[in-house]
Amino acid sequence: MTNTITPDTSATADISVEEQQFNDLIEADSRIEPRDWMPEGYRKSLVRQISQHAHSEIIGMQPESNWITRAPSLKRKAILMAKVQDEAGHGLYLYSAAQTLGATRDDMTDALIAGKARYSSIFNYPTPTWADMGSIGWLVDGAAICNQVPLCRASYGPYGRAMVRICKEESFHQRQGFEILLELMAGTQEQRQMAQESVDRWYWPALMMFGPPDDDSPNSAQSMAWKIKRHSNDELRQRFVNMLVPQAAVLGVTLPDPDLHFNEQTQQWDLGEIDWTEFHEVLAGRGPNNAQRLQRRRDAHEDGAWVRDAAAAYAIKQTARKQFARTAEMASK
Amino acid sequence: MSDDTVNIDSAGADADDHGHVAVAVTTLDAELIEGTSNATPDIAEYALWLGDDALVLAQQLGAWISRAPELEEDVALGNVALDLIGHARSLLHYAGTATNRTEDDLAYWRTEPDFRSLHIVEQPNGDFAHTIARQFVVSHYVFELYSRLRASADETLAAIAAKAVKEVDYHRDHASQWVLRLAQGTDESRRRMITALSDLWPYVEEIFRDEPLIDRLEGIAVRPSSLRPAFDAAIAPVFAEAEVELPSGFVASGGGRIGKHSEHLAFLLAEMQVLTRAHPGASW
Repeated sequence: MTNTITPDTSATADISVEEQQFNDLIEADSRIEPRDWMPEGYRKSLVRQISQHAHSEIIGMQPESNWITRAPSLKRKAILMAKVQDEAGHGLYLYSAAQTLGATRDDMTDALIAGKARYSSIFNYPTPTWADMGSIGWLVDGAAICNQVPLCRASYGPYGRAMVRICKEESFHQRQGFEILLELMAGTQEQRQMAQESVDRWYWPALMMFGPPDDDSPNSAQSMAWKIKRHSNDELRQRFVNMLVPQAAVLGVTLPDPDLHFNEQTQQWDLGEIDWTEFHEVLAGRGPNNAQRLQRRRDAHEDGAWVRDAAAAYAIKQTARKQFARTAEMASK
Repeated sequence: MSDDTVNIDSAGADADDHGHVAVAVTTLDAELIEGTSNATPDIAEYALWLGDDALVLAQQLGAWISRAPELEEDVALGNVALDLIGHARSLLHYAGTATNRTEDDLAYWRTEPDFRSLHIVEQPNGDFAHTIARQFVVSHYVFELYSRLRASADETLAAIAAKAVKEVDYHRDHASQWVLRLAQGTDESRRRMITALSDLWPYVEEIFRDEPLIDRLEGIAVRPSSLRPAFDAAIAPVFAEAEVELPSGFVASGGGRIGKHSEHLAFLLAEMQVLTRAHPGASW
C-alpha cells in the first residue's frame, strides 16, 4: 500500500486521502500497520488500551506469584511458575505493540508506577487461599479470553497478532485453573470448601471485568466503529456466563447468584444485579490491594534500577571498546 | 482480511468467533519423568543430593518472579527456576523409587535433617548480585557435573543428566553475562557484585568435598573433588574479563550432604511445605 501526500484539508468537511484510505481499510476489515496513516484518536485509543492491557499482565503476576513458593505439589509449582512467566511475556509483547505506535516503555512504566495508568482492577483482589489459583485461571482468565479472542481481529495489526499468541496461552491458563478446582472438588471436605469459598469471592469481580454496562461505557462506541473492539461489554459478559454455567456443574461448585436462571425465550442465562458500587470503588483505588500491588511494582522497579543502569553502562563501554579496537587496528595497518 | 474464527484450542472449535473456550476434563501432561527401574539405596541417596540442590534453588529463584529488576529477568529467572524444578522432579522421583515414595513425599514430607542440599543453594536471594553470584557458582558446578554424569553406569541418572546439561549450559551463560555486566557496569554494581561473590565464596569448598557415599558409587556418581579443576578453569576467564579477584577468606564447614544445614533452610522449607502439611493425604 502507498501513502499519498496531500495538502491538509481538515478545515473543510472533506476528508483527506489518507483518512479515506484508513477508512477504506477499516471498512474492508483489513489491518492497519505501523507505517500507515491513522487518526490521532485511533492511535491514542490504541496506546491507552494496549498499555493498560500490558500493565494488567504485569500487575496480574502478583496475586499468583504469591503462591509460587507455597504451591502444594511440585507439578503445581512448575505449572504456576510457567503461567506467571507467560504473563511477563504477554506484558512484553504488548509493550512492544504499543511501542510501534510511538509510546516508549519508560513512559508506560513510569505512568504505571506513578499510579497514573489503569490496569484491570481484578488484580486488586487478594489471593488468600490456594483455591484462588484455580479461580483466577477459571474465572479471571476465562473472562479475559472472552474479551481477548475478538481482539485477535483488532484492526491494528501488531495488536491483533500479539493477541493471537496471548490467547493461545490464556486458553492453557484457563484449563489449568479449572483443573485445580476440579482436583479440589474431588478432594477432602476442607478442599471442597476452599474451592467454593474462592469461587464465591471471584465470581462477581470476574463479571465486572467486562466493564460497565453498555449504556455507561464511554469509550466503547468509537472503539467498535474503528474495529478495535468488536462486541459490547454486556454481550461478552452474557456469553461468559452462558459458558460458565455448564462448567460450574461439571465442577460441582455453586455460582453465587441466587437470581441466575435460564431464560427459555432468549435461550440465555439471566443474571442477577451486579454491584457496580464495588466496581467503582476498586477502580477509584479503594480496593483491597490497590496500594500493595502498586507498591510491589514500584519496589521491583526501584530496587532494580542499579541493575538496569549497570547493563546500560556496560553496553556503552562495550561499544566504546569495540570502536577503540577498530581504530587501533586501522592505525596499525 | 477476515479471519472470522480464531480457534484458541484445536479440539472442537466453537462456531462463534470466541474460539473454543470450553475446558476438557483432562489432566495436564506431567513433566517428563525419567526412569522405570528402581534406584538402590545408595543411588537414591545420591539422587537426593542433586535433586535437593535443584529443588532448593528453584524455590529461591521462584521467589524472584514479579520482583526482578526488569521484565526480561522475570522471564529469564523464571525459565531457570522451571528448568530446575524439572530436574528436581526427575531426580526426586527416581530417589523415591528406592523407598516407594513420590517426588512430593520427598519434597513436602521430609524435615530439614533429611534434606541433602548444599549450603550454597540455601543462601538467601539477597540483592540481584547475590542471586547472580549464587547462580554463577552453582550453574558452573552443575554443568561440569552433568556433563560427566551423562556417562554414568546408571542409565536413569545418565538420561536425566543428558537432558539437564543443555539447560544448565544456558543458566551458566546467563549468570556469566550478568557477572560481567555488574562487575563492569557502574561503580555501584561493581561494588555489589564483588560483595556478593565474597559473601558466597565460603560455601564453594563444600561443593567439591567427597563423602563416603561416593566411594560406594564408583562409575555411577561423579566424584565432587574431581570437578574442581574444570570448575576453576571455567570461571577463571569470566573473573579475568570482569577484572575481579577470586575471593578468599572464610571457608564454611558445610555439612548439607549429611543433613547439617544452614539456618536458612528451615525457613525455606516452612514456606514451601506449609499448605501441603496442613492437608495430610490430600491430592492437588
